[in-house]
Amino acid sequence: MLGMPDEIWVPIKLTIELATISTLSLLVVATPLAWWLARSKAWFKEAAAAIVSLPMVLPPTVLGFYLLIALGPDGPGGLIASLWGARTLAFTFTGLVIGSILSSMPFVVQPIRNAFAAVGDRPLEVASTLRASPRRAFWTVALPLASPGLLTGAVLGFAHTVGEFGVILMIGGNIPGRTRVMSTAIFDFVETMRWREANLLAGGMVAFAFVVILAMTLLEKRFTRAGA
Amino acid sequence: MKLTGLVAALVGFLTSLAAPVHADVTHVAVAANFTEPAKEIAALFKQKTGHEAVLIFGASGAFYTQITHSAPFEVFLSADAERPKMAVDNGYAVPDTLFTYAIGKLVLWSRVIDVTNGEAALKAGNFQKLSIANPVAAPYGTAAVETMKALGAYDALKPKIVQGNSIAQAFQFIDTRNAELGFVALSQLHGVTEGTRWEVPLKLHAPIFQDAVLLKTGANSEASKAFLAFLKGPEARAIIAKFGYVLELS
Repeated sequence: MLGMPDEIWVPIKLTIELATISTLSLLVVATPLAWWLARSKAWFKEAAAAIVSLPMVLPPTVLGFYLLIALGPDGPGGLIASLWGARTLAFTFTGLVIGSILSSMPFVVQPIRNAFAAVGDRPLEVASTLRASPRRAFWTVALPLASPGLLTGAVLGFAHTVGEFGVILMIGGNIPGRTRVMSTAIFDFVETMRWREANLLAGGMVAFAFVVILAMTLLEKRFTRAGA
Repeated sequence: MKLTGLVAALVGFLTSLAAPVHADVTHVAVAANFTEPAKEIAALFKQKTGHEAVLIFGASGAFYTQITHSAPFEVFLSADAERPKMAVDNGYAVPDTLFTYAIGKLVLWSRVIDVTNGEAALKAGNFQKLSIANPVAAPYGTAAVETMKALGAYDALKPKIVQGNSIAQAFQFIDTRNAELGFVALSQLHGVTEGTRWEVPLKLHAPIFQDAVLLKTGANSEASKAFLAFLKGPEARAIIAKFGYVLELS
């Protein structure tokens, strides 16, 4: 594909798949969580926020180690896997998605939470005086107003998953075509001193990261101007 | 007053003469499979010579890359013979200091199925995942692949293989039972009672010569040279044998 050998192209394809699926899943999970964190008055709210932020602080190998146990036959992962006759979710693409979701969660929840908090109560009060139900107000008022935050969260989540190394190294098993993503492939090339391939992949990642961050900044500016 | 000061200075000076010679520190990069024996040897080394060996554990491949980029190791205990030789050939290590400190023993280990007859277990294939160390990064991984090929089981087993990036990680996959079985170093099973094991006959794979070498950064370090000398000595070799390494090929 594109004239690149499999050992270069397949990790790229896998990484993009993993990042896309993880980001979409994250948006689905993080948005309600961020909404709750932004608007709840529960006494344990900040404690919950701190727990959500833990993956940002924990070394990826620590996270990966506990994931290895959780995904295995001694944890919930093993139970889920047994539904289709497997023993563990480690070494599977599904396991990687779960790992990515957990490790990227804080990067997605924070911007969305901040965006919802910035919406404030006023627009939603106004919506209810115009007879919008809370649910309708969420979808038609709060969400569009918070969209820059959602975009930031999505981009951060995508970029963080592309760069994820420690967690994937711990639970992936380096299976070509299934869990050998760009970051672990680069590691392999470095180990075997294949500098050309390592530079090719790594250089591609740097260029990609630059484009992503630039795009995020420009798009966010445009969205904020449009929404204001 | 002056007299007290003089006496204090004299006492201080005399005490310093009685103190041990300044003990040196050496930084030793140790292959992951040699973790436990290295710790014991370093402790004994400190006891006997006063020098301190700071041990850093990891994959030999990663260490070599770091060494070629000015990592501050003074001694390199590799899991293979290739990388110390490359270090000498490429000018990162002191020639004539290279020697084999241990010969590795590969073991098939499982906490889930009975592998006492390892060859039969491998050929029966009643498992989903087999853990090995990444062959490009760790010689125990290479030996695992050679063993499976020698048994004629590699093609059948290939789809079930998962790789840990070091032998320590390969061990973790089996210990957490994510992989039903796998190939680890015998030294890693020291003191482990769970599960069943099969010591792979040495003839099934190329010998895992584990070589040590003094790096250029440690060329003038007394502690580094003393550590390597200690490693060749009878006390260290007794520890190495205790952990299941072979000292001589018969």
